[in-house]
Amino acid sequence: MNATPNLNDLKPNTHAHGADIVLSGAEVLLRVLVEQGVEVIFGYPGGAVLPIYDALFRQNAVRHILVRHEQAAVHAAEAYARSTGKVGVVLVTSGPGATNAVTGLVDALMDSIPVVCFTGQVGVPLIGTDAFQEADTTGITRQATKHNYLVKNPADLARVAHEAFHIARSGRPGPVVVDLPKNITVGPAPYAPASRAPHPSYRPRIEPEREAVVRAVAAMKRARRPLFYTGGGVINAGPQASEALGRLVRRTGFPCTSTLMGLGAYPTTDGQFLGMLGMHGTYEANLATHGCDVLVALGARFDDRVTGRLDAFSPDSFKIHADIEPSQINKIVQVDVPIVGDAGRVIEMMLEEWERQDGAPDPAALAQWWRQIEAWRGIRSLHFDQDMAPSAIIRPQHAVRRLYELAMETGRDTFVSTEVGQHQMWAAQHFQFDRPNRWLTSGGLGTMGYGLPAAVGAQIAHPDALVIDIAGEASTLMNIQELGTIAQYRLPVKIFILNNQYMGMVRQWQELLHGSRYSESYSAALPDFVRLAESFHAKGMRATCVGELDDVIRAMLAEPGAVVADICVAQDENCYPMIPSGAAHNQMLLGPEQEGEVKVSAEGRMLV
Amino acid sequence: MTMQDETIVSAVISILVENESGVLARVIGLFSGRGYNIESLTVAPVEQSRHQSRINIVTSGTPQVIEQIKAQVGRLVPVYRVADLTQVGPHVAREMALVKVVSTGEARTEALRIAEAFRARAVDTTATSFVFELTGATDKLDSFIDLMRPLGLAEVSRTGVAAIIRGPRTI
Ligand SMILES: Cc1ncc(C[n+]2csc(CCOP(=O)(O)OP(=O)(O)O)c2C)c(N)n1
Ligand SMILES: [Mg+2]
Repeated sequence: MNATPNLNDLKPNTHAHGADIVLSGAEVLLRVLVEQGVEVIFGYPGGAVLPIYDALFRQNAVRHILVRHEQAAVHAAEAYARSTGKVGVVLVTSGPGATNAVTGLVDALMDSIPVVCFTGQVGVPLIGTDAFQEADTTGITRQATKHNYLVKNPADLARVAHEAFHIARSGRPGPVVVDLPKNITVGPAPYAPASRAPHPSYRPRIEPEREAVVRAVAAMKRARRPLFYTGGGVINAGPQASEALGRLVRRTGFPCTSTLMGLGAYPTTDGQFLGMLGMHGTYEANLATHGCDVLVALGARFDDRVTGRLDAFSPDSFKIHADIEPSQINKIVQVDVPIVGDAGRVIEMMLEEWERQDGAPDPAALAQWWRQIEAWRGIRSLHFDQDMAPSAIIRPQHAVRRLYELAMETGRDTFVSTEVGQHQMWAAQHFQFDRPNRWLTSGGLGTMGYGLPAAVGAQIAHPDALVIDIAGEASTLMNIQELGTIAQYRLPVKIFILNNQYMGMVRQWQELLHGSRYSESYSAALPDFVRLAESFHAKGMRATCVGELDDVIRAMLAEPGAVVADICVAQDENCYPMIPSGAAHNQMLLGPEQEGEVKVSAEGRMLV
Repeated sequence: MTMQDETIVSAVISILVENESGVLARVIGLFSGRGYNIESLTVAPVEQSRHQSRINIVTSGTPQVIEQIKAQVGRLVPVYRVADLTQVGPHVAREMALVKVVSTGEARTEALRIAEAFRARAVDTTATSFVFELTGATDKLDSFIDLMRPLGLAEVSRTGVAAIIRGPRTI
């Protein structure tokens, strides 16, 4: 018997000799990770998790990435998950380690990202005594997770840890916290392989009801002005679901729009794609949503940023809504055909039914609908004029466009993360995604500081890919410490800051709604980002005018290591098109010339 | 194009849960976090051998909100089943109250007379007080308590509603 075995010798399921080896809880945990196929965990040590760090030290199967703040560990794990389809794993200590992780957990909850977060906890006998670095982690994270556990009995450890992965990745994915008291990880615990038996109470529905899909397809066949509205659920359903969506959209000939979270499921450069819908969506996407007669929502949840004024949302359409989570259906918008199931399975079944059922939509009506859409498209709602004189001020949209074009020239697989603000919307509008899992953004929670750690997670998962954080100067500072992580692991992440010296999105709302009183939205006392980068062993670059932009982007893309590119852009640019809060989809503002016409109702103001 | 029904209805939601620590907090946190009402709540183990507890919640909202409550509760990992008994059909809903009345003379005799009419039992009696035990539907308890108010009502302790479907069906 060996009290501190080399964990590399401990292959899962080797019961023959494994049975008489007494493992510590920490070692059991590591074995669970290996059995679950975990290759990377993002974490930060502390007293309560030292036994786990010690077990990590004595093995090579699981790689630990040391972040600089626990919030960043969760965002990195989220991006790792979103860009690979695997579960992202986090390890943090008790008390402040756990509380620092909370923002990331809620972010993952809102965007349905599978994450398992192990938190240290004081020993069971000390729980409830206000012990050093004790926090009621399961209490604090109860509403911040899909589910959470406190392991009080060593016999439960392996089962709970396996179950956490199952719950995080199945059904509607989400974050799961496993709180591990120190005596549990220090003391002996039995190992158990993942159970094949179904969970007693948790049984998400994957397979849609055929009858609902039959009714949906019958409505689609009668449609004269149909529209697909797809969301993050299609991405979560895996690349096969996106591929099937492509077939369904092409087979039906229907137009397709997407939410912010769904970008890339259907190629954004394709002619049948209308661009993103919602508050900063395109004119054609929003007017098509408003005017369609059959709306097919797939893995989307009618978020308020998408619907605008609810009583005017897609007023004349027959609504079909497929979602894996029954609570999302009829939550915001009452629908005509609810379908509960995995988006990929729903799409496949729709394709089958499309072939099986007779008839086809009236081709003349569909052609007329497309002519209408082309007319809306002719408005060119994303258009902007860039003065190309070398000394001209860079418009942020132009910077994103050039970034996209020059990145494509490299031919490299490209992943884009963003922070939150105007730059995020410009990235969504002007960068194109022809494949899923390449777009990493904080949608539901809108967490400033997401993008930099997300870029870390994506680059760890895809060491050879081009990973770019399209950032705002204010957001970047919220997790700027991760430049340390980037340096430590020599991650060639490119941080592309659209520096408008304002919390631009806040400034825009203040301009529209608060008489241009720019209360506290100026980014005062900014660091010199070039020198900041250098102090973190990265390359700093700056473009101050149009004449410098392409060269800086090219140099950034050519640089083998990490780069912080400070792109000085117009300070007063607003993000258009825009549906002001409380307005309907057919009341869009296309540009600043219409700003004077905004009359945001008192109700609209509250919706901000 | 379905129109929303804005009428507020009352509902008795019965939830069968895994009897594990924190499960009640999950359910209550969900109600408060999403702004749903809780008019009364009961919880107790019902299947010791299978570690199951039953939670009964009396709530109110539009039919759409009640549907949401069921769906959101159903999402919780330790929840086996959730049913809206008001929707399932005829059901029995009962609660128990302990009502302390402190009075003498005329009021005291009147209190005792009303208690008999309601089939409430005096489970504790002193020269100046009664504790009545009364089981029944919520509105029966309400009217009993109302009647006791001028007769020296001093304190009330109620259990909240326990409910079950009539006939052979189960949730
Ligand atoms: C953590 C957090 N705090 C506050 C906000 C509110 N907020 C939304 S956008 C924004 C400004 C972002 O500024 P910047 O990163 O410079 O982006 P820009 O809008 O200028 O492109 C703020 C403060 C938020 N989304 N997240
Ligand atoms: Mg800014």
